[in-house]
Amino acid sequence: MEIPDVKEKWTGKINEVTIGATKDEGGTRGKAVTIGGQTTLSYLTFEGEIPHKPVIAGFVSDTPPDWPDVIKKAIGDEINSPVEWAQKNVEEFGVDLISLKLIGADPTVKDASPDECAKVVEDVLKAVDVPLVIWGCGDDEKDNHVLPECSQAAKGENCLIGSAKESNYMTIVAICKADKHKIISEAPVDINIGKQVNILLQDAGFDLKDVVMYQTTAALGYGFDYVYTILERARIAGLKGDQLMAAPQLCDVAGETYRVKEAVADEDILPGWGSLEKRGPMWEAVCAATYLQAGADLLIMAHPVAIENVKRVIEEMK
Amino acid sequence: MILIGERINAGFKDIKAAIQNKDGDVIKKWARIQANCNATYIDVNLGTASNKPEDLCWMIEMVQEEVDTPISIDNNKPLMLKEAIKVCKKPPLINSTTAAEDKMNELFPIAAEHNASIIGLVMDESGSPTNAEKRVENAGKLVAKAMEFGLSPEQLFIDPIIMPLKFMQEQASEILKAVSQFTLFTDPPCHIVCGLSNISSGAKHKALINRVFMAMLIAHGLDAAILDVTDEELINTILTAELVMNKNIYADSYIEAFWKK
Repeated sequence: MEIPDVKEKWTGKINEVTIGATKDEGGTRGKAVTIGGQTTLSYLTFEGEIPHKPVIAGFVSDTPPDWPDVIKKAIGDEINSPVEWAQKNVEEFGVDLISLKLIGADPTVKDASPDECAKVVEDVLKAVDVPLVIWGCGDDEKDNHVLPECSQAAKGENCLIGSAKESNYMTIVAICKADKHKIISEAPVDINIGKQVNILLQDAGFDLKDVVMYQTTAALGYGFDYVYTILERARIAGLKGDQLMAAPQLCDVAGETYRVKEAVADEDILPGWGSLEKRGPMWEAVCAATYLQAGADLLIMAHPVAIENVKRVIEEMK
Repeated sequence: MILIGERINAGFKDIKAAIQNKDGDVIKKWARIQANCNATYIDVNLGTASNKPEDLCWMIEMVQEEVDTPISIDNNKPLMLKEAIKVCKKPPLINSTTAAEDKMNELFPIAAEHNASIIGLVMDESGSPTNAEKRVENAGKLVAKAMEFGLSPEQLFIDPIIMPLKFMQEQASEILKAVSQFTLFTDPPCHIVCGLSNISSGAKHKALINRVFMAMLIAHGLDAAILDVTDEELINTILTAELVMNKNIYADSYIEAFWKK
């Protein structure tokens, strides 16, 4: 008896999104990075094509994040300067892009002005030649002032700018259309809102082929499985032909990992859990590598050891 | 949901006149309207307006000059089909064969050769079935024969044959029973299609009957229909029924997103 062919036949294709513009394309990046384009689930190359491997963006912020000293030490003193941190990410950690978070703009952090933020963007763009992901501080009102300046400062560089939310997307659509950037559409671990934000972006005249979806990543132990299943379900919908869910997906692994107890508390608080020096990057790497299976296309990571290990996982992906 | 636009049919006076006068604009107009309503296929039916293959080909060409939606060739004469299929730019849907042995032997090879899909009506030499069992039996014949000719399950659309509620009231529930069973033949399953408006034939509240029956068919596994794609309430009912069946991911603006596409 003939063994039946049980391969899935997908009819859809995940959108290919290119971030960064070289000189020929009107920017100054050394090379652009393209994600997406799959016609199958990750790893399942016998059911379709995976033209682009997932990529890693190095976490950088204008103000050092509130992370444990052990983790910051592993990154180095450069963490105090976004320019040097970005350079170290590219030159030593070997990341594909830089993800720049302007947390200093937050009124409760430093309340940095839009001009100051735009200057950081300019400086980072000058210091490294990889494509840039730019985030506001997360305060909608402030971001509506900060992001237009930053977008303008990066005009022509084809950055990925975030994030557009259900409650706050018009400004980002306007600046990304005007300055030709790509958009991160964000939803709070909610696939229905994720789809709704994409509908809103489309209604506002933004091409969904220029969108990367972001389901506010959860770290291992804190709703990780929710995000995992959402990434996977969104990917399956996209592969089945749902154009509204066909965008590549990103995970802010570093940003979430170093907020959870297991990745920030050392042995004095968690006896028997092993030293944080090892456990922190391990937590980050495990989160990142597992999200790759769910269908993540772009991982934001910070710890050099975690980056090194996940890069190896990506290299081994077919 | 696979939506097959029914409007380019010589049963409509304007289409019949257009065929007889070779007035391509009328055909193009309805092609455009239905494509704008997200039709997956545009059905083209020559009806009694003509029996010449060149007229059928002309209709298809008119549609293709206006839109790039694939064609559903509403004709079961092999000679006509062979001509019509040649002018189709994309793999068409052949509408239709029956489960009668000679019909299947004639039409499945044509579909296979052109990578087309084909609708199989669950009637055979003995006529239309009047219960679920006979429908399932004939569907089984269609599936087996289609596979014999190398068609994949996705290329076969099984039609349970809808009968008017007003005149054959007991049939609707038999149809629903049969549809549930059609989904079990293969994995992935064949498509299940219907000519929806038959259910409301002769009835007073046509639109409501169409909508309700459509939702019930979807609940039993139907995934394609020949219908009026411009009937917004009907389409919205379909979109909602598909959400209820978890076929699509919910978003608050799911209706608006469909019509804006």
